[in-house]
Amino acid sequence: MNSDSSTGPSRASARRAFEERRRRRSLAIAATSTVVFVGLVALLVPRMPRWDRVKQSFFSGEQFADSFPRLLDAFVLDLKIFAWSVPIILGFGMLVALTRVSRNPALFPIRALCVVYVDLMRGVPVLLWIYLIGFGVPGLGLDRPWNSPLLWGTVALCVTYSSYVSEVFRAGIEGVHESQRAAARSLGLTHGQTLRLVVIPQAVRRVVPPLMNDLVSLQKDVALVSLIGPIEILRQAGIDKSKFANFTPYVVAAVIFLCVTIPLTRTADWLLARERRRTGGTRVAA
Amino acid sequence: MTAQLSIRNVHKSFGSNDVLRGISLDVPRGSVVAFIGASGSGKSTLLRCINLLEPIDDGEIVLDGVDISAPGFDANVARRDVGLVFQSYNLFPHMNVLRNITLALTHATGITRPDAEATAIDLLDRFGLADKARAYPEQLSGGQQQRVAIIRAVALRPSVLLLDEVTAALDPQLVGEVLDLIAELRTSGMTMLMATHEMNFARDVADTVCFLHEGAIHEMGRPEDILDSPREERTQAFLARTMRR
Repeated sequence: MNSDSSTGPSRASARRAFEERRRRRSLAIAATSTVVFVGLVALLVPRMPRWDRVKQSFFSGEQFADSFPRLLDAFVLDLKIFAWSVPIILGFGMLVALTRVSRNPALFPIRALCVVYVDLMRGVPVLLWIYLIGFGVPGLGLDRPWNSPLLWGTVALCVTYSSYVSEVFRAGIEGVHESQRAAARSLGLTHGQTLRLVVIPQAVRRVVPPLMNDLVSLQKDVALVSLIGPIEILRQAGIDKSKFANFTPYVVAAVIFLCVTIPLTRTADWLLARERRRTGGTRVAA
Repeated sequence: MTAQLSIRNVHKSFGSNDVLRGISLDVPRGSVVAFIGASGSGKSTLLRCINLLEPIDDGEIVLDGVDISAPGFDANVARRDVGLVFQSYNLFPHMNVLRNITLALTHATGITRPDAEATAIDLLDRFGLADKARAYPEQLSGGQQQRVAIIRAVALRPSVLLLDEVTAALDPQLVGEVLDLIAELRTSGMTMLMATHEMNFARDVADTVCFLHEGAIHEMGRPEDILDSPREERTQAFLARTMRR
C-alpha cells in the first residue's frame, strides 16, 4: 500500500476543500432564505388594511414605556410564587415517587392514594384546579391569612405540578438499571441505603432535563393564579389594557416572560445535550 | 477437614424453568472452585443464590456453620461475608473509585470514613490502581473497572468471594490483568467460587472444577482430571466445543 502515502495528503486536502465548499453553500442558503423571509414579512404585513391600527394598539412605544416598570413590579409576585413552589414541588414530587416505587406492604394504602392523586391531578387542567382549590378552600370560611386566594392558588399549582414531577422522578428511579441495585445489595447495603445512596442520585441526574421542561411550564402557569385575584403581571397587564384601551401591556408581559423562559429552556436543552453526550449518543454525519 | 461453605441440595426455579436442580457441594477454607458449563447451565444463578440475591426454593447454604439461607435470616449480614463480583462490573457511575470502595464499608459495616479510605487506598496500592482513586468509572478501561469491582468486594473482608464470569465482558488484552489479581487473591488464602469460560485459568487457579449441566453438577474433580480426561460424555462434548475456539 505504498501508493496511499503519496496520494494521502492531496486526497486529504481535496476532502477539506470539499467540506469547506459544502459548509459555505449551507451558510449562503441559510442567509438567503432568512433575508427573503424577513423581507416578505416586513413588506407584506404593513400593507395589511388595518396594520396602522394594530401597530397603534399592540406596539405603541409610548404605552410600552409607560407600562413596562409597572408590569416588571407585578412580575416580582410571579417570581415569588415560582420560588416558593419549586422546592415544595420537588420535595413532594419525590415523596410521591418514592411511595409509588416502594414495596413495603404497610404503605399499600398510601401507595393506592398516590395513584389516585396522580391520576386526578394529571387528568384535569391546571386552571380548573386553581379555580376549585383557590375558590373552594377559602369558601370554607377560614380566617385571615388562611383565606387568601394567593395562598390557595399557589397550593393548587404545587399539588398539580407535584404530580407531574413525581412521574418524572418515578421514571428516573425505574430507569436505573437493576444491576446497580444488585451490586449495592450484594455489598450488604440495605434496601433504604441502596435507594438513597445509589438509585436516587443516578435517577435525579438523569431526569434534570425533563424536570427543567416542567419548571418552564410552571413559570408560565404561575400567571394562571391571576384569574382568582392576585395582581401579578398578567392581571396588571389586563388592568393597564382596560385603563388605556391599548393591548401593548400584553406584549410587554410576553416580552418579560420570554426574558425568563428562554434562558430556562436553553439551559434545559444544554443539559439534555450534555446528558446525551455523556451517555454516548452521537450525531449522524449529513 | 470441615467445609467452610456447604451447599446442600439447592433448588431454584423461575416460574416453570428449573434452573438449579439439587446442587450439593462442600468448599474447604481457602480453596478455589471453578464452575464451567454452557450458558444457561445455572452457574450465575448458583452464585447469585449463595449471595442471597435470589432466594432459594429448597435446600440450604451453610457458611461457617450458619444456615444463611434460612427463612428470616438477615441477608444484609450474610452478604458482608459473601462478596459477589459481576460480569458487567456494576460500579456506581456517580461515585469515584475511592467512594465506590468505601461506600459499603462506611454504611454496611460502620467503619469511619477515614479508616475506610485508608483500607481502600491500601488495596488500590497493592493492586496497582492507587493513581485511579479519584477517577470515575467511565474514565477507566474495562479491566481497570473490573479490578476496582473486585477490590470493592474484597475490601469488606468477605470469607467467600464469588466471581461471576468476571472476564467475559473484557477485551482479550485486558483479561490478563484481572486474572493476575484473582491469582494473587488465591495466594492470600481467599476462598473463591467462580463461574468462568477461561479454561486455562481454571486449570491454573482452581482446586476443583465443577461442570454444570442443566442445573446440576454433572461432573467434578481436580482440574487436570476434568479438563484433560473427563469421564462423562457431556463434559467431553462441552470441552471439545470450548477448546476448539
